[in-house]
Parts: sequence; C-alpha cells; structure tokens
Amino acid sequence: MFYREAGQFKASYAEDSQIFPIRQDKIGFWVLMLVFGVAVPLLTNEYWLKAILIPVLIFSLAAIGLNILTGYAGQLSLGSAAFMAVGAFAAYNFILRVEGMPFLVALVLAGGTAAAVGILFGLPSLRIKGFYLAVATLAAQFFIVWALVKFPWFSNYSSSGVVTAQEVTILGYTFSSPEAKYVLTFLIVAFMALLAKNLVRSSTGRAWMAVRDMDVAAQVIGFRLMRTKLLAFAVSSFYCGVAGALYAYTYIGTVEPEGFNLDLSFKILFMIIIGGVGSIMGSFLGAAFIVLLPIFLDNVVPLVFGDALGAGFVSNFQLIVFGGLIIFFLIVEPHGLARLWQIAKEKLRLWPFPH
Amino acid sequence: MQFFIEVLVGGLLSGVMYALVALGFVLIYKASGVFNFAQGAMVFFAALTFVGFQEVLPGWLGLEADSGVVFWLAFLLAFIAMIVLGIATERIVLRPLVNQPHITLFMATIGLTYVVEGIAQMAWGANVRGLDLGIVDEPIAWLMDNYEIGVSKFDLFAAGMAASLVALLAILFQYTKVGRALRAVADDHQAALSIGIPLQTIWRVVWAVAGFVALVAGMIWGARNGVQFALTFTALKALPVLILGGFTSVPGAIVGGLIIGASEKLAEVYVGPFVGGGIEGWFPYMLALAFLLVRPEGLFGEKHIDRV
Repeated sequence: MFYREAGQFKASYAEDSQIFPIRQDKIGFWVLMLVFGVAVPLLTNEYWLKAILIPVLIFSLAAIGLNILTGYAGQLSLGSAAFMAVGAFAAYNFILRVEGMPFLVALVLAGGTAAAVGILFGLPSLRIKGFYLAVATLAAQFFIVWALVKFPWFSNYSSSGVVTAQEVTILGYTFSSPEAKYVLTFLIVAFMALLAKNLVRSSTGRAWMAVRDMDVAAQVIGFRLMRTKLLAFAVSSFYCGVAGALYAYTYIGTVEPEGFNLDLSFKILFMIIIGGVGSIMGSFLGAAFIVLLPIFLDNVVPLVFGDALGAGFVSNFQLIVFGGLIIFFLIVEPHGLARLWQIAKEKLRLWPFPH
Repeated sequence: MQFFIEVLVGGLLSGVMYALVALGFVLIYKASGVFNFAQGAMVFFAALTFVGFQEVLPGWLGLEADSGVVFWLAFLLAFIAMIVLGIATERIVLRPLVNQPHITLFMATIGLTYVVEGIAQMAWGANVRGLDLGIVDEPIAWLMDNYEIGVSKFDLFAAGMAASLVALLAILFQYTKVGRALRAVADDHQAALSIGIPLQTIWRVVWAVAGFVALVAGMIWGARNGVQFALTFTALKALPVLILGGFTSVPGAIVGGLIIGASEKLAEVYVGPFVGGGIEGWFPYMLALAFLLVRPEGLFGEKHIDRV
C-alpha cells in the first residue's frame, strides 16, 4: 500500500534505467541523505559520531570494496585489511612528503596506490580459482603488513611504527571537530557508494557478474577475463584504500600496520556475508551490524548475567555469539540483511491485502 | 655445510608439524568438500581440553598427577570431546547448509572458529599452560658428537608421531569398511549415496578423525610452544602447505609440509638478513603462490576441468 509503483509510468529509456526508478525509493533516499547528512551531526553527541557512525561509514566503504571483488566478481579475498593499510600509509606519505598536497587528491592517490598493489596481487587470479585464490590473497595480507613494519620509510622512521595522521584541511578549512569529520566522511562515502552502485549496473558490473557466475562461459561469450578480473581487483582495492585512508584520518587518527591484521579482513568479510553478498546496500547494513554488535553485547551481557562473570567471560561470550550469529545468518538467510529488506519491500507492496 | 644441514633438518621436522595440521584440513575437504577453517581452533580446543583434564582429573579421582592413567584418561576424554564437537558441528552447522555454495560453507567454518575458540577459553580459561609429553627438547647426543649436527629429540619424536599417524590413516582408508566408504564419498557424493552409503555418518566419522588428528597436532604443538591461544594460528601455517600439496591429497599434505618447513627455515636464515628478517610469516605464502602459477591445483591435487 505504501510502497506501490502503480501510476508511475516511464516514458523514456533514461527514466527506465534510473538508480531509483520508484518514487518512494527516491524520496526515501533523499530523506536518508538529509537525516544522516544534516540531522545526525546536529543532533547526536560526540560518542555516537566517533565510536559508531564514522566507523560504520568507513567500514561500509571497505565492505563495498570487498563486495565488488567477492560479491560481484566472485573472487574471494581475505586480504582487504592489507589494502586498507596501503591506502592509509599511502595517504600519510603523500601528505607528508609532497608540499601542499590537497587532502582529497591525496585520498585519490592513496586509493590509486592501493589499486596498483591490488592489481599486482590480483594477477594470480588469472590462474588460480576458488579457495586456492583465497589462500593466495592471504599472501597479500601478510606480506603488506610485514613490509610496512619492516621498512621504516613508510612510517617516516617513527620508532614504534605508529603514525599520527596529519590534520585534514580542505580549502583552508580544518576538519577537527567530530561533526566536521563525520560530514566529510559521509559525503565521500555517499559519493563513492553511488559511484559503485552505478558501476555495478553498468556493462562493467555485468561483466563481473558473468565472470562470477562462470568464468569459462563468460570467456566463451567474449568477456576478456584478464581485464575483467584485474579491473575488479583494482576497483575493489581502490575502495579499500580510500576506506583505509579515511580510517586513519577521520576515525582513529593514529595507525600502525599491525592494526590492519587478518582479523580486520575477516571482519570486513563478515560484513558482506551478513549484509548481503553482491549488494551495495548490504555493505552498509552489514557494517552497521558488525560495528554495533560488540557494543550491544558489551552493554547487554553484564545486564543479563550480572558483573560476577568478569571481563574474560564477556569477551569469550562475545566470540561465541559472534561466531554463532554468522553461522545462524548463513543458515537462515544466506543472502543477508539486504535480502530481508527486499522481502520487507515486497510485503509492504501488498500490505494490508494478502495478494 | 653442517649448519645448512642443521637448518634443513630443523625445517623438515617443523614442516612435519605443519603437515599434521594440514592433514586435518585434507581429511575434511576430501570427504565433504568443506574447507574447514576451524581446524586451527580445533587444535587449540583439543590441546586445551587435554591439558584441562590433566589438571582436574587427579583431583577428581585422587590419582597422582604424573601417573600414566591420568595421561591416557585425559587423552581419551579429550578425544571424546573432539568427537562430540565433530558430531555437533555436523548436526548444527553442516547439515542445514547442505548444497550451499562452497564459499558459504567456508564462511560458516570461520564462524565456527570463533565459537570453538570461545567455548575452549570459557571452559578452561585463557592461561598459557605447559604440556609435558616426557620428551626433552634437546639435541641428540650421538649426532652431535659424530657429525656436529644438532637435531632435537623432540622434533624427531614429532616426526615419528606424524609418520605413524599417517600410516594409521592409510590403513584406515585402505583396509576398513569405513575407509572404503570414506573414499567412495570423497570420490563422488551422489554415487556413494546411491549405493547406500550414509553420507551423514561418514561426515561425522571424518570430523571425528579430523578431531583426533587435531588432538595429536595440538599435543605436539602444545608441548613445543605451550598451550595458548597462538595455537589457533597453526591453521594459518597449514594453509600454504595445503595449496602447495593440493587440498585433496594426504601425501600432498606431508610433502607440502616438508617443503614449506624446509624452505621457510632456509629462507629465514639465508635470505632473511638481506631484507631485515621476520620473513617466515609470509614466505610460505609467496612460495605457494609462485608454485600455484605453475601448477594451479597444487602438487597432488585433482586437476580441475572446466565445463560450460
């Protein structure tokens, strides 16, 4: 009843191929943009912005990156955190070593560096498939983190290997308050998410999906495997790289290579599983879920069981719940939260009538 | 030269320990097509359960802590725990996910990793524990005296354990009814089902056997490095072994383990100093990666033929 496209006619191809062909979606999109772009920074407090909203946005971006590679192009990767590390340290070095480097340019260059590294580690995908490839991407994960630790040039010879991100300044305005950082992150993430959404609807995206569904068949009907796969690696790493740079500059401020470990890679993988493999929106939902879950458990477990159990119990309980939820999601809804949202939309379309 | 041999032998012997963990992966992958990422967590769980029972049993039964009875009873109980874990995994995780894509099953086992780690630490605590198998980690005197090559007794013992374990598995696979059924299932699920082999029973058996392998691996690793959370990382060590040897081959796991172990130690000693050391973490992966470019299905893996 509330979500019905009756009476909305499309008179041209352009109208037919819009991102949001249905008026309700369009309105919903702008409402969301206004709420998260304007109302949220005005109304919420610093804790929410710093500890929840900014990380959710940044991880969403990383999840979109992995989703492009795994969800759309079908190449399972366990090294996304390493590409985030490349982005973070590339941005740091570009800003540090190039006089007057504008932040946004540094961000793009950081993404570009990550993309170049991504292509390099994507090369084996031309020969290797499936789990063998997944294990091969672990090489990227370990090698990149090792290289960042071992060669102090990357961290500007800081003795502990920890680097502190410089101030973010665009056109003379310094983004120092959490609100400003949030808005900046939001704008970048929203822009890149729209870009990704359009990319996967384009011929490039269709090529990726063809390769995902069956690469030999895709090759037979004329897709160039090498180009398609490497492009997926490049775009995915670009997104992860930008996410990594934002992680350093608008989220935690000080980063060390070891922060981008395998655990983070797995976290990003979980985001796309729980959110929905092969869905841009799912990346956001999954990121929100994974960021919020530990905070939720932290607050709820002591309430339910009391304080007597101690911190060790809580953290182990978190592990179990976390793993259990992942298994639960895979069993109950293998297509993730995004699929639930689609089902909800279908239901809304008919409601309150049964047919 | 002596130094080279020493490093080589040390590497080969530590490779045996990698092979032990890789073996658990291969068993499950062969029989059910599941890439069981939780194998490392199972190693940790098994070792922790064994040590935990060793600690509490003397109190329960009023026995001497270092008596053989306690050792074997703890071993038996840990094995039973692994069987229970295997059956529960089959029942709760794998059965609902039958016919899902392999990647889904793989991710489910990552989830399982967290659950198993959590349960293990919840039950036995997160302290680092020592595990004593009664073998001292010292060089063999005879080799030391005559050839000046230091080879640890303990490593040799671990290699012997691995060899006997492989022999045991080979016998199980080749000469028992269950083994025949296991091979049939590994060969072709549908065909095995159609001649009346109960798939789910076979899966349970395979998980139990993998649990046993994890227990042995966990005890050897635990005796070496102490029973601690870091044991879960043994899974990461086993992965390059797997891709080198092929996911579906038991001999592949052994040979892959030896190659990875030896080349990793040699690289650390001879190449490491030029790039600042610590290359053990990624060198096996790079080696396996380079190897895959030549043979994408690993040393002994089944050649994959694509059909449209």
